[in-house]
Amino acid sequence: MREEIIVRVGAKVLAPFIIMFALYVHFHGDYSPGGGFQAGVILAAAFALLALVYGLEEVQRVLPPWFVRGCAALGVVIFAGVGVVTMLLGHNYLAYNALAPDPTHPEHGQHYGILLVELGVLVTVFGVMATVFYLFAGRKGQAS
Amino acid sequence: MLLTLLAATGFALLRIRNLFAVVMLAGVYSLLSAGLFTVMDAVDVAFTEAAVGAGISTVLFLGALALCGHHESKPGHTPLLPLFVVCLTGAALVYGTMDMPGFGEASNPVHHHVADHYLEESYGEIGIPNVVTSVLASYRGYDTMGETTVVFAAAVGVMILLVGGARARRARGGGEG
Repeated sequence: MREEIIVRVGAKVLAPFIIMFALYVHFHGDYSPGGGFQAGVILAAAFALLALVYGLEEVQRVLPPWFVRGCAALGVVIFAGVGVVTMLLGHNYLAYNALAPDPTHPEHGQHYGILLVELGVLVTVFGVMATVFYLFAGRKGQAS
Repeated sequence: MLLTLLAATGFALLRIRNLFAVVMLAGVYSLLSAGLFTVMDAVDVAFTEAAVGAGISTVLFLGALALCGHHESKPGHTPLLPLFVVCLTGAALVYGTMDMPGFGEASNPVHHHVADHYLEESYGEIGIPNVVTSVLASYRGYDTMGETTVVFAAAVGVMILLVGGARARRARGGGEG
């Protein structure tokens, strides 16, 4: 497949838009369907597409396996960390009202909290999907 | 219409022995399910189904296919016992639905316990229009954190199985994984 010029160019043109769409799905999740989970999957799918067309090594030069493994753990840390921060601010665990910059409008904190928490979900899901894909794609076949 | 296509895809999945076609049909099945969810107004679920079922898992199946070959061998046993078990389970499930309240009725308990509160108050309390997101990330934040951890744990499991296995084989001096 690597010699097919239409596939190569098509994948190259589409990939940035897919990545952009993933970010849109995440940051617009408050207003439209979607959120961190879907965004993470779409992001991972963009790199899976590139890996299918250009080969795993090319993608791993941009996105090394240790990096995506780190992402998988980092997302959980972000999510749990938001909870710890709200506790440090004197509220309950994961009570996002604590994050509001203006205490008279506590619901504004919900925006920040949800966005950060969903970012954690995005990072974890992206890291996990990419890790699993690397592991499957990186194994040598036993039969053909 | 969508359900008919779903059923047709399911039967095709059962009959075809070429695993490459099976993987593609599984993707089609996911896409049809996503369409079905959209028709039922569960857009978030449809989105997830399309991205995970039709997108990533198809790629992962293809990766698995590259490892294990393209043809499924014929099963060595008769299909009668599995058919019996499936029919029995199906009958039990259908019997179970007898007690359920009518589909889509406004007075069903699922629409009233906390759902009223979420639908009516969430805009004032959370301030974002997508109720699915506010339930997922705020009211049920603990659950979502648990899910994130589960996803992470799944990756750790895959890593232990695939990386650990390959390393152990190399240590024994066997062939490459």
